[in-house]
Amino acid sequence: MLGLIVRRFFQLLILLIGISLIVFMSMHLAPGDPAAIIGGPTASESDMEAIREDLGLNKPVLVQYFDYMKGVVQGDLGYSYQTNQAVTAAIITRFPNTFNLAIASMIVAVVIGVIAGIISAIKQNSWFDLSSTTIALAGISIPNFWLGSMLILVFSVTLGWLPVGGLNAPFYTLEGMKQLILPAITLGTASAAMIARMSRSTMLEVVRSDYIRTARAKGVKEKSVIWLHALRNAMIPVITVIGVNFGSLLGGTIITEQVFAINGIGRLMIDGIASRDFPVVQGTVLLVAALFVIVNLIVDIVYAMVDPRISYE
Amino acid sequence: MEQLLDVQNLKIQFRTGEGKLSPVRDISFQVHKGETLCIVGESGCGKSITSLSLMGLLPANGEIAEESFIKLDSDELTGKSQDELRKLRGNRMSMIFQEPMTALNPVFTVGYQLREPLYIHQKLSRKEANQKAVELLDKVGIPDPKKRVKQYPHELSGGMRQRVMIAMALACKPSLLIADEPTTALDVTIQAQILDLIEDLKQEMDMGIIFVTHDMGVVAEIADRVMVMYAGEVVEIGEVEEIFNHPKHPYTQGLLASVPNVEDDEHTLESIPGTLPNVNEKIEGCRFHPRCPLATEQCRKQAPPIFHVNENHTSKCWLQEEANINDKSTTTS
Repeated sequence: MLGLIVRRFFQLLILLIGISLIVFMSMHLAPGDPAAIIGGPTASESDMEAIREDLGLNKPVLVQYFDYMKGVVQGDLGYSYQTNQAVTAAIITRFPNTFNLAIASMIVAVVIGVIAGIISAIKQNSWFDLSSTTIALAGISIPNFWLGSMLILVFSVTLGWLPVGGLNAPFYTLEGMKQLILPAITLGTASAAMIARMSRSTMLEVVRSDYIRTARAKGVKEKSVIWLHALRNAMIPVITVIGVNFGSLLGGTIITEQVFAINGIGRLMIDGIASRDFPVVQGTVLLVAALFVIVNLIVDIVYAMVDPRISYE
Repeated sequence: MEQLLDVQNLKIQFRTGEGKLSPVRDISFQVHKGETLCIVGESGCGKSITSLSLMGLLPANGEIAEESFIKLDSDELTGKSQDELRKLRGNRMSMIFQEPMTALNPVFTVGYQLREPLYIHQKLSRKEANQKAVELLDKVGIPDPKKRVKQYPHELSGGMRQRVMIAMALACKPSLLIADEPTTALDVTIQAQILDLIEDLKQEMDMGIIFVTHDMGVVAEIADRVMVMYAGEVVEIGEVEEIFNHPKHPYTQGLLASVPNVEDDEHTLESIPGTLPNVNEKIEGCRFHPRCPLATEQCRKQAPPIFHVNENHTSKCWLQEEANINDKSTTTS
């Protein structure tokens, strides 16, 4: 297990170097000059030259890259061109919002997805199964921005039960939870649908397997047959889906953060891209990539815990 | 011998897209304590479904028809609720299956799976159950049982896993063991070991065994009595020597003729022409007549009832009626 973690750590390093290189280059190759944006429409050519000089943008791209990476190794992701705030600090203040939202969405997704998938499987072709698979299909197809807007319309504007947006109260307070509910449902729906479909199909396969018949032949109660003997086997492929979804939630909540006006990593990234704020974009993309790799590592570790046949020695 | 299991007019029905199908029709048989009854027949003749139905383990769309009657010891099984049957499964009747490689749950240790029936039926504590699990593994001839209880099924060979299955089935000392082709998936040498083990345990625990197989070699090895099934019906039941030496039903004769014989150079292997009819295929008269070399006009029109050859030997064939009449006429004249 330790070997796996060490191996993954080196993979992570190589991956991050590759990603930083691609992001760095593509940002510099993309049209749009940060100096023009910072200087504003009235800036003269000499003003812009001074800004470039100040930010080091007149140096060769490779030199800029190595300067940047020197900082990254020390935990310094540079300073935002727009706000002059340290990117590391900006990420630290905004990450908890994204993280809490991702966790809340995953709780929604896993609880609804797994339970619906399993009931669908054990009551295959029942009305529950039929409606749950139909809802799941809709859940995957509905875009987040529409679902989010509709939820706000119904629960915030019309019924007035929940706040329209924002995420500033701590998640453990009632206010914080209220703020999390709608965005978590918005984000969790697609994942719940995917998890439900996966759980249903693996469960259908597992309940027909020989070892389930063996469990019944031993006199195991039907409840334990499903929730103990079958569930653990059925969850092995579902864990992958959960991991991939969680990984993308940590980085890809841009639309939902916009709809609900949540100050998270997604908004930081999208604002950075819009204003050619290179350090912010680079910093957030690196973070998202690193998180994705780490989540996958955790998935692999959980795998080995659930399935004794998997060993990383 | 004391009667253990009594099955009368067992009929199994399946609800399918094509309507109700009956893969097993009107079969009756008994198993006594300390006796091994072998059920033989081609794949698809209904032998596995018969054994599953006794355990109450039919698939969700299957059921035992109302007119059927099954009694284990003094308990009538037909009419018992699922939960009442569950309390008997793994306790007074147990089953082992064909595929040891897939019959054990891959995510639980051997020890856990062995302890489970002990927790459920005997309410043992974890410590007692673990002690018992080690003893059981030792009993079925698994070396180093203390280490094995902590291992997972994938760390064991096929023969070992089948031994674990047997240990699990016998954990609560059942009076009836149903073995559904337990040696088919194993090497010949391992097969012999497993058969010996089952035989020894039967003697020791005075169990009745229903042994489902299509291997006549295995039948000769372990059976006390043999029940031959064809297309969902019992065509012949008798003691093993009778069946092997004086088979009466043309199907049994065909089965025996299709077993290779290495000792006899002159022996030519014969096969039964044709294939098993479909479950939903309507056949008038005897269900075997399209494949029977001895079929007569009567066989084509009228299904034969069960005729007694002697007290313990029956055959479902018109030829037996004829033989019985001839016998009577020779004894009277």
